[in-house]
Amino acid sequence: MRSSVGQRTDMDLSVAIGSLALRNPLIAASGCFGYGVEYADVVDLSSLGGIVVKGLFLKEREGHPPPRIVETPAGMLNAIGLQGIGVRRFVDEKLPELRARHATVFVNVCGTTLDEYVEVSRILSDAEGVAAIELNISCPNIKEGGIQFGCSLNGTFDVVNAVRKVTRLPVIPKLTPNVTDVASFARAAEDAGADAVSLVNTFLAMVIDVETRRPKISNVVGGLSGPAIRPIAVRMVYECRQTVKIPIIGMGGIADARDALEFMIAGATAVQIGTANFVDPFIWSKLLDGMRDYLHRHDIPRVADLVGSLDTHHALTERSGA
Amino acid sequence: MPVDLAAEVIANRPLSADYNVVALAAPAIAAATSPGQFVMVKATAANDPLLRRPFSVFEILRTEDGTPTGVSILSKRIGASTRLLYDARPGQRIACLGPLGRPFTVVDAPADAWMVAGGVGLAPFATLAESLHARGVRTTLFYGARRAEELFYLDFFRALNVDLVLTTEDGSAGERGRVVAPLDRRLAARRASDPVMLYACGPEGMLAATARTAAKHGRPCQVSVERIMGCGLGGCYSCVVPMRGEDGAFHHVRSCLAGPVLAADQLRWD
Repeated sequence: MRSSVGQRTDMDLSVAIGSLALRNPLIAASGCFGYGVEYADVVDLSSLGGIVVKGLFLKEREGHPPPRIVETPAGMLNAIGLQGIGVRRFVDEKLPELRARHATVFVNVCGTTLDEYVEVSRILSDAEGVAAIELNISCPNIKEGGIQFGCSLNGTFDVVNAVRKVTRLPVIPKLTPNVTDVASFARAAEDAGADAVSLVNTFLAMVIDVETRRPKISNVVGGLSGPAIRPIAVRMVYECRQTVKIPIIGMGGIADARDALEFMIAGATAVQIGTANFVDPFIWSKLLDGMRDYLHRHDIPRVADLVGSLDTHHALTERSGA
Repeated sequence: MPVDLAAEVIANRPLSADYNVVALAAPAIAAATSPGQFVMVKATAANDPLLRRPFSVFEILRTEDGTPTGVSILSKRIGASTRLLYDARPGQRIACLGPLGRPFTVVDAPADAWMVAGGVGLAPFATLAESLHARGVRTTLFYGARRAEELFYLDFFRALNVDLVLTTEDGSAGERGRVVAPLDRRLAARRASDPVMLYACGPEGMLAATARTAAKHGRPCQVSVERIMGCGLGGCYSCVVPMRGEDGAFHHVRSCLAGPVLAADQLRWD
């Protein structure tokens, strides 16, 4: 496809997650962007493709005692424990400001039971200003929340199916990488009526202080994120792309535009940025500029054209010729 | 509104084998900083260490006519990031995001201000002392360190007419022992009708002891807490402290947004 466009700002960065149109593929990841309002001073929330607000249960949660994070090589481990204000306070106290700032709001929905997922989703469906529901069936850090659904194919099917029945909002289960075959979970989600899947959540991991022989975070184990996990996450997105037809939202260690494009080429329609936002809260405009620059250099008018454009043929040819 | 600058290192002054002061060209941050606020700093563009680190703004640097030009940070070498800061070279760029957090509430005369610092906890008191001096508030610094060579910037505080009460753990300067001991005695000797505001920053044990001492004598105390912090903007929820809520119970509150300066009597001291 040839472009007659010369101006980089004319590059089309819009993408669609089913019926949900996003102005660009960049979404702030859950648990890394508070409730969004915290960042209103540093980034125009409406300039992002979307924001996924911190995971919400029906009720407030205190989360784990500190220390909750520790740095690792090119990454970090966290076990926050899903501290949160609960869905009703979110709707009353945070959503009006997000609406006023024209943010595209994805809400990360948590539950300890199937009924809780359904109830939280129902409340959000009745609220004004929610664009989509991301189902947290993959938090590795709390015993009673979600992961028992996310690590079972039947559980994944059941929670998506149940929430699907009570909302017209796009339903996007967030998948855990802590399974043998993540693509089978993407298929279970698709079979249950999911509009998309997002992946990956963090990798269950551990850091020990050798001097004291104590774990470095209070929860003993936590979820690994950051550039260290990116190649594994890209592989998982690629595997899911081969397996399901619904859109994929990819994430895992994205720190610059090339990283984001790598996920899209592997098959992600949109991407989420988490840990890198901690390092650089002004990263968003840099990512957008980098994407436009890439599209311009490669003469590609629409970023959507890149999705799943991986060229495996040449890699295979070279390998067979070696 | 915080800004992020690729701030040039103007100077790096070692104070001891562990402590140093890095001066950064950061006019926009310097102009907006109030005493007690902090910056998030990253001394390498590489991924190790990955995250920024929080530092109290130590000094506001100004030209002779008073125009703010930069900030300095007081660092103690304890890990990878502070090692990079200790070795920072003039001309190098360091990512500096700020100013962040809730500052000290600066008292007015006739109240006196008593600042209580332990080790690197001296950091937020240089700017606070300047503000107090400008308001004509009588100010005392209770300052404890391991040994005499680790008591820094004494002349800076003397020049602001700050009364110094020094302690060292080895007795090599001032009183031998912990800084809370002379604080306790002075509070006991002070007339209840003479108002005094306590400000504290330092190791957790010192803060807890200061908070208890303040409570014992019925004096208000603002503490600057230091927690492992991922972002400094309220995004990550890693820096929480147990703070008393409206319901009277303690809840996890993000110290980057609610603090780092908090009322000692609202916190739980374990």
